[in-house]
Amino acid sequence: MANKNKKQNQTTPKESEISLKGTFISVMLLGVFILALWFGSYALFLSR
Amino acid sequence: MHLHKFEKIWLVFGMASLALFLLITGFAAFWKGTHPQSHIETIDPQNVEAHEAFKPENLGLQEVADGKYTVNIVASAFNYDFGTDADGKAVKRIRVPKGSTVLFQITTKDVVHGFQVAGTNVNMMVEPGHVSRLETVMKNTGEFTVVCNEYCGVGHHQMFAVVEVYE
Amino acid sequence: MMLKNYNFTKKESRLYMSFMYVTFASLLIGGLMGLLQTLARSGEFQLPFGINYYTILTVHGVILGLVLTTFFIVGFQFALMGKTVGISDKQLKWAWIAFWTMLVGTIMAAVTILVGQANVLYTFYAPLRAHPAFYFGLALVIVGSWIAVFTNFRQLYVWKKANPGQKSPLLAFMVTINMAMWFIASLGVATSVLVQFIPWSLGYAATINVLLSRTLFWYFGHPLVYFWLLPAYMAWYAIIPKIIGGKLFSDSLARLAFILLLLFSIPVGFHHQLTEPGIDPTWKFIQVVLTFMVIIPSLMTAFSIFGTFEVRGRKLGYKGLFGWLRNLPWNDVRFLAPFIGMVAFIPGGAGGIVNASHQMNALIHNTIWVTGHFHLTVATTVILTYFGMAYWLVPHLTGRRLTPKLNKLGIIQTIIWTVGMAIMSTAMHIQGLLGGPRRSAFSNYMGGEQVETWISYQIAQAVGGTILFIGIILMIYIFIQLAFFAPKGVQEFPIAEEEVDAEPTPLILENWYLWIGITIALILFAYTIPVIDIIKHSPPGSIPFDWPIGR
Repeated sequence: MANKNKKQNQTTPKESEISLKGTFISVMLLGVFILALWFGSYALFLSR
Repeated sequence: MHLHKFEKIWLVFGMASLALFLLITGFAAFWKGTHPQSHIETIDPQNVEAHEAFKPENLGLQEVADGKYTVNIVASAFNYDFGTDADGKAVKRIRVPKGSTVLFQITTKDVVHGFQVAGTNVNMMVEPGHVSRLETVMKNTGEFTVVCNEYCGVGHHQMFAVVEVYE
Repeated sequence: MMLKNYNFTKKESRLYMSFMYVTFASLLIGGLMGLLQTLARSGEFQLPFGINYYTILTVHGVILGLVLTTFFIVGFQFALMGKTVGISDKQLKWAWIAFWTMLVGTIMAAVTILVGQANVLYTFYAPLRAHPAFYFGLALVIVGSWIAVFTNFRQLYVWKKANPGQKSPLLAFMVTINMAMWFIASLGVATSVLVQFIPWSLGYAATINVLLSRTLFWYFGHPLVYFWLLPAYMAWYAIIPKIIGGKLFSDSLARLAFILLLLFSIPVGFHHQLTEPGIDPTWKFIQVVLTFMVIIPSLMTAFSIFGTFEVRGRKLGYKGLFGWLRNLPWNDVRFLAPFIGMVAFIPGGAGGIVNASHQMNALIHNTIWVTGHFHLTVATTVILTYFGMAYWLVPHLTGRRLTPKLNKLGIIQTIIWTVGMAIMSTAMHIQGLLGGPRRSAFSNYMGGEQVETWISYQIAQAVGGTILFIGIILMIYIFIQLAFFAPKGVQEFPIAEEEVDAEPTPLILENWYLWIGITIALILFAYTIPVIDIIKHSPPGSIPFDWPIGR
């Protein structure tokens, strides 16, 4: 019974209706770019 | 209000990155003392010579201890006054050995100027009534152009000098 | 719930178009100045007729940074309000008063600059003294914009009275946020101009407190750039989804992002003053922290935009991690131009984080990196989004349509802009890291290897600047076509709607007392103590200087 309930809940979660995987990868790439630029600049700052 | 699971992860990641940047700059600033220049000291812009550092005889490069130098400069449209050499000519080039600690002190007699030793971290606003002051270690050899990087009038681009760091 | 949108009357359309005429006239004049600057600074050309480099630099900054942006924004926002909440005859009259006040101010300032009496650049730092007419002109532009502010507030207020219990239309909400921010911020520069500059420029006050004037300017100067950016965000959140055939990603998150932008855009001006001698470094750092807070709504925006695209693509059946990208209307300039703007905001925004990073600011402060930075943010992200709006707004107002031919020209325009700006802005960023200064006429300085390298990048900037000017000419041609010659027809005013099953928007997001209260509290927190310090420890004031700017 409990098992069945759990299954039912899984069929109606809002989040999995439409996948946002591509969005997630895109923003994480953006985040990596920000980190790379910042640490690159900071390294240049320290070297001077 | 509903946040998608991925958006939560993204925002936590983004905010953690920002917090990391702040921790690094904050640690450097408050524990290592590398704040951007903020000397606070004030001066009468119409009488800068009253200040010990900006008396005409004290301008330019002085070695104050072994490997330690002070450079005093008075900026005005459109010139940096680094004092005069033995022949009475205006100094436009100063030389320091690599690895020396140099304290730059500068003020202005008239309008706002900039003072950047391009290619180093010496980069200060110079404002009437204030003394700008920054101490730095000259880590790299080379010829570094000193430029006025804040607009000060029609001759702004004629305001320059050179700092040479030799081996 | 479907909201009713209002149709524009002829009278209304004429108002909104008037703002567009000034916008595109400014683009032509300001763009020409930009071209001349890059050519002069390449060292290969001399300005004709003895024109001063700093005169054209001042015209470029004032006309593009203050006039083009403000006229487009006020006009565009009036159109958004007219469309979503309507405008009464009385409000229309006040809108015209705003327009004429701003225009008279603009002409006063522009003439003063052109006759060489105000070579002070758009930041007009004391103690360089321009002719008083320059400051009066600026004051009129600001006062005119305030009339627009309160007219917009009134428009929403009247709508709310007529629609009790309903949430305001998203775009009207966003316009109100932007105008609230603009009003609170421009109080700073208005105080400086009215209390400090005007009496001093007329000779009634002998001296001026330079640091206070700069602090008041930058209290305004940073929200100013958000005032430019927010209309672009309005388009990205609430208009682009309609153009790609989708729905709003989330009404509540869009409103939340705008509220955060209101809260954190203003108490951050010190990050423009990080290398100044007279400000306590602890307060500088506090404002750096607040600056980093304003990045958060932009992180949210990035997610929303990608999300809008992906949801739309997947609904159409596109599969895979990035399959949804293929669905986007790449051959529709109403989408492509703002899209390039979004892409440009990735390096633009990331560079901005570097700029604001406290002591690291010394790496780039007042170098031409900064010029490169805001040519990505305002001169690409913002302006390409404005262009993207103009492609449908102008024909919508003139009763014409964006023909396939004009659409194609628009796409070519967007590509030209992208190429030109990529060359110019990249060259500026690199030259800046190498120490090359901004806001300077061509100079060999004392010669040497370093200066040689700078000049090679200045030549690249001239190449980029020339390509951009070709883009400007093309944009002016398209604007004239859309305004006067395109075939008669109906051009859609795209406004995205919510999903039918969207979650309700929490009422607290529209609690203006709360959000404006927090905004003011944050400003008082960030500025009260340092400003008292600045006033208490102020040096003798500065007398005016006329000769350095050739007066």
